Amino acid sequence: METTRLIVVAVGGQGNLLASKVLGEAALLDGVPVRMSEIHGMAQRGGVVESAIVFGDAESSIISDGEADILLGFEPSEVVRAMGRCNSRTRVITNTAPLRPFTVAIGQGIYPDVDEMMSLVRERVADLIAIDALALARQAGSPMTMNIVLLGALIASGALGLSRSSVEKAITLRAKKAFVEMNLNAFRLGEGAVATA
Amino acid sequence: MHKLLSEKINEDLLLLGNEAIARGAVEAGVGFATTYPGTPSSELSLNLFQISQETDLYFEYSTNEKVALEVAAAAANSGVRTMCMMKHVGLNVAADPLVTLAYIGVTAGLVILTADDPAMFSSQNEQDNRYYGKLAGLPVLEPSSVEEAKEMTRVAFELSETLGEPVLLRTTTRINHSSAFVTLKGMKKPIPTGNFVPNPMGYVTVPAVSRKLHVKLLDNLAKASALSDASDLNFTTGEGTLGVICNGVSYLYARDAVQDLGLEGQVKILRIGFSNPMPEWMIKDFINGCQKVLVIEEGEPVMEEAVKAFAQEACETLPIKGKADDLFSRLSEFDPAMVRENMARFFGVEYTPAISVETKALPEIPQRPPNLCSGCSHRATFYEVKKAAKGMDAMFPSDIGCYTLGFLPPLSMGDFVLCMGASVSSACGFSRATNKKVVAFIGDSTFFHSGITGLVNAVFNNHNFTLVILDNGITAMTGHQPNPGVDMDQMNLPGYNSISIENVVRSLGVGHVTLIKPFKVKKSIAAIEEALAFEGVSVIISQEPCALHAKGLKLLKPRAFTVTDKCLDHRDCINEIACPSFYLDNGRVHIDADTCVGCAVCAQICPENAIMPLKKK
Repeated sequence: METTRLIVVAVGGQGNLLASKVLGEAALLDGVPVRMSEIHGMAQRGGVVESAIVFGDAESSIISDGEADILLGFEPSEVVRAMGRCNSRTRVITNTAPLRPFTVAIGQGIYPDVDEMMSLVRERVADLIAIDALALARQAGSPMTMNIVLLGALIASGALGLSRSSVEKAITLRAKKAFVEMNLNAFRLGEGAVATA
Repeated sequence: MHKLLSEKINEDLLLLGNEAIARGAVEAGVGFATTYPGTPSSELSLNLFQISQETDLYFEYSTNEKVALEVAAAAANSGVRTMCMMKHVGLNVAADPLVTLAYIGVTAGLVILTADDPAMFSSQNEQDNRYYGKLAGLPVLEPSSVEEAKEMTRVAFELSETLGEPVLLRTTTRINHSSAFVTLKGMKKPIPTGNFVPNPMGYVTVPAVSRKLHVKLLDNLAKASALSDASDLNFTTGEGTLGVICNGVSYLYARDAVQDLGLEGQVKILRIGFSNPMPEWMIKDFINGCQKVLVIEEGEPVMEEAVKAFAQEACETLPIKGKADDLFSRLSEFDPAMVRENMARFFGVEYTPAISVETKALPEIPQRPPNLCSGCSHRATFYEVKKAAKGMDAMFPSDIGCYTLGFLPPLSMGDFVLCMGASVSSACGFSRATNKKVVAFIGDSTFFHSGITGLVNAVFNNHNFTLVILDNGITAMTGHQPNPGVDMDQMNLPGYNSISIENVVRSLGVGHVTLIKPFKVKKSIAAIEEALAFEGVSVIISQEPCALHAKGLKLLKPRAFTVTDKCLDHRDCINEIACPSFYLDNGRVHIDADTCVGCAVCAQICPENAIMPLKKK
């Protein structure tokens, strides 16, 4: 089976670990071997959280520089920071709503313009899908569903060979009961954003 | 029911490495478990803690790793299957009981989990704990994957009982924090109590006894060596005359590399999962058919040195390499591309590495260092100590916990961090060896772990410094585990006692003890000034619950503050306390109402009193 290497970059608290678990469950439902690796630790203290998800026959659970097939970004500047993980064939899907690092507020750095960042990313990789996932999540009922909006965009992009029905089922399995409908709605809004992009 | 107690045999569950190990222990019928939390092992003990609330398993968060292992040693010598868990540096703390426990042995399985952290994702060093196997003469098992971690945990209990010795189960962060589907097997019922049969000539380690026990240990090591040679955990895959010997996650990278480089049929791999003692005859047999051998292991050249020694005994002169300037480093962790590249270089095959996109022309992205949370009481205390010590030639030893982050600007409170408990003892040294005013910081859990002994030392030797105990009522850094000062009733967990830090400190005869509430800024600064002026050992206990934990327990109802029009843009709030709830918009300071918990520290330091509670809509 072909190997697909997906890197998810986010800031602590954005729900990337749950999104990774949903993809893992969906892979099981589709019969795709999957291994994941994540670095937590200081996640709750505002640091960068990165997950690597390897679908298919490779055995490693981490992804080397330049070897990501897909980069899923929860925060636009984190996508730029993770560019070294990409090569010219990498497909990038990202949220465009910034979460400015605190260091910017205390004058240790400048947060670059989002449009400018997106065009720099677009120049370098095979394909960029950039959506305001936070706005769509609010539309779905909660900014907390931004992770699921992005999963919708990921699946609709066709970059990853998982079926939408399996991902929906995995969302149903993983999300808290009371929030299943909201999350499924978020997923569809993410899909829709790609269709109209 | 806890998900790791699922009785659905053969079901595939998506588990974190630490969960898989916990399930492996449950399948093996672990009856007793002890730990001191430490990343990357923390979720393992957290899961067993939760499981113990639903089964007969006895679990405890011990005061430190030495205590944890000593408690475990007693259980395992009372015929109870026992697991003792810690991070790699924790085993340094437990090294004293470890080495002599190897002499004594165990009567029921004892598995000691040591979670190593190559690359130091959350640690102060990247020591390789396989050396503890050699030092103590104990078997070491090392899984390569999440699935194998569960199986190996079960095997480790059996091996421990076969040999009558504790077994070290050594993982790395990439095992503990990877996830994969794991197939569940049946669980044995946990039996938490047994019987201790007195045998002074086997258990009382006076020299005359220990001399005999050392002989027994060497016999057991010889038995372990034979078991290692016959173990399924050491196996060969593939065929060829190019040899790879590897362990842990490196095995997965090596397998992928052979495939990616098209070396099937040319490379054979010896995977070592039972790594102390090394399987001597298996290795001699393996290298006998090789032209050259590449040893792939993160950390120190433990296997490489053994393989070279075996080759010398077998009069083999083939090239054997691992750690070298042009191959693998002792530093950090490995990754698939690194293994692929080094394998290609060593075996002389063509290889074109993946080319990362150009990154030099990208704008610099501002850093996102981990930060003390919004409303963290440590921030307030650091600020207040800084104000109180203003103008003094002061230095600030700190310790291991969330508050280590206080060393970052603008707080800049933290000049020396060594290991758990060292803030207090190093303060003893700094106050004698320098003319500086020394103010040390330690958290509540770390104080119980190994700060108390330093404080006893300080009082006895009549040192001169101030110790600030940052008591947030929980072991926060590793995910809010209990410690002896925690009120367990608050978590609806009856049956515990709570130890007052204040009583402990006073009972030691500390000359000046002050309690502060750090969110009362002026009062706290005044109290700290007084403590700093005291000649001798003074202790300040700064009491305020961890905001994150209190929110989790619903004890804290956040009440956000806002910056009103009175703000004249002094920016003391940002420049001096740097709470992450502040942000700038159009050059003006704002407070993020979603993250502000309402500690009101910024409101107290604002020169214009411009920061006010946000009126509820």
